[in-house]
Amino acid sequence: MRERLLSAIENHARISTDDLAAITCSTPEAVESELSKLEAEKVICGYHTLINWDKAGEETADAFIEVKATPQKGVGFDQMAAQISRYPQVESIFLISGSCDFIVFISGKSMREIAMFVSEELSTIDGVISTTTQFILKKYKQDGFDYQGYSRDERIVTT
Amino acid sequence: MRNPLNSYIEAIPPSGIRKFFDLVSEMNDPDVISLGVGEPDFDTPWHIRKEGINALNKGKTFYTANAGLLELRKEIAKFMKRKYDLSYDPKDEILVTVGGSEAIDACFRAMLDRGDEIIIPEPCFVSYKPCAIMAGAVPVVIDLKAENEFRLQPEELEAAITDKTKMVFLSYPNNPTGAIMEREDLEKIAKVIIEHDLFVISDEIYAELTYGDERFVSIASLPGMRERTVVVNGFSKAFAMTGWRLGYAAGPEPIMEQMKKVHQFAIMCSPTLSQYAGVSALRYGEEDIKIMRSEYDRRRRYLLNKFNNMGIPCFEAKGAFYLFPCIKKFGMSSDEFANAILNEQKLAVVPGSAFGNSGEGFLRISYAYSLEDLQKAMERLEKFIETRQSK
Repeated sequence: MRERLLSAIENHARISTDDLAAITCSTPEAVESELSKLEAEKVICGYHTLINWDKAGEETADAFIEVKATPQKGVGFDQMAAQISRYPQVESIFLISGSCDFIVFISGKSMREIAMFVSEELSTIDGVISTTTQFILKKYKQDGFDYQGYSRDERIVTT
Repeated sequence: MRNPLNSYIEAIPPSGIRKFFDLVSEMNDPDVISLGVGEPDFDTPWHIRKEGINALNKGKTFYTANAGLLELRKEIAKFMKRKYDLSYDPKDEILVTVGGSEAIDACFRAMLDRGDEIIIPEPCFVSYKPCAIMAGAVPVVIDLKAENEFRLQPEELEAAITDKTKMVFLSYPNNPTGAIMEREDLEKIAKVIIEHDLFVISDEIYAELTYGDERFVSIASLPGMRERTVVVNGFSKAFAMTGWRLGYAAGPEPIMEQMKKVHQFAIMCSPTLSQYAGVSALRYGEEDIKIMRSEYDRRRRYLLNKFNNMGIPCFEAKGAFYLFPCIKKFGMSSDEFANAILNEQKLAVVPGSAFGNSGEGFLRISYAYSLEDLQKAMERLEKFIETRQSK
């Protein structure tokens, strides 16, 4: 039930409880109760919408920031990650292997706004050694959605 | 001038699916939502496409052996064994064809003599009858019944057999009804077939799209049936490869030898690039099938629940990607219903009558569409039903 439910709503978040019950061979009540449990356990962390802001005519800018940092005694990188996470501009932060320690994904209204955030906020946090900002120039695919994919149904009715 | 045409061909009526959808395309209305298409909405999985591209890059642009690449036939043999417990020798019992359609045509021409009767249960896909006629055979139709969930019954088969009957056509999971035949159903049919010394052509193109706990069973896997069955399958539906035109037939060597002759003289060989892509599909495509099947299954259950809520009778079809709801209670023929809903709600569905007389009173609803499209379509169907019920 749990796995069926999760795999069904992963790509169909807007579907009604009734329909969800039908496609998972369950009842609306059971679906409601399982969803509440999954939400409480933070297995389901939200119901987000993937928006192509360029198409919506909104000016936005996004960047990946590589952050090198000094781990702190006893807590490693966790405390610093929590500190960086508090900024609403920070959409995602990951501890990674390789040439830097964190990858921080930032969304803002403009490149300038992001640059200001990095220089005035991010790089001044205790323990941050250096930052490298990489602005996103064009999005091709995000969260499994191919922005360049064909949207027109070219199939014809023959069979 | 003399009539330039072959009178047999001329007498074959055009496909009922096309007839209706010519109407739809004449409307040329971008707001029309269609649930008419009978091919997967998924793209061919990337690893398969890449293999096609690789083959092209490597210059694999020559004919293959008539029967198809041996490498591909070996993979087909393994796939049939793994999936359906069928054993065929890739050397001389498997023929790679241009889609399942060509395999059907080659089988008819290789096995049916002029005047032989072939029993075709309807509703069924639109090509079987014309292909039988083109092969010089005589199609004998059985009208399957909704109360049997469109499964062929042994009594129905018995009643249709004459001393001219040579072959029985089985197409399960079925287009257009979505019906399947389970092992017990097939065993009863097999008994009749063996008693009357008949042959079977089994179109199993939708075999991988079987839902529920029961696995697909091929009639060829039942005792005494392998030697009298030609199995037709292909890549179009299981791997979303319709445009690649790649299918195959498997059967006893003496039959396959003659089918190969037909194929060799009419076709030469299947497209080489598609054959290389097909190898990748069979080797690495199991996960793709699983993903597509579970998405189809969700849509299937979604639609069944909708029809149920709307009070439209529809048996729980467990195969292919079609449902076959009954619209008799609205007092319209399938054609009238399809036309009315097209004009009033801009929803295009195929009238059941396009698939034979026994399809009258039903609609074929394809769920080779995204759940979002299906939701929009069901809103329109619901509105249409409301206007009819208040009348």
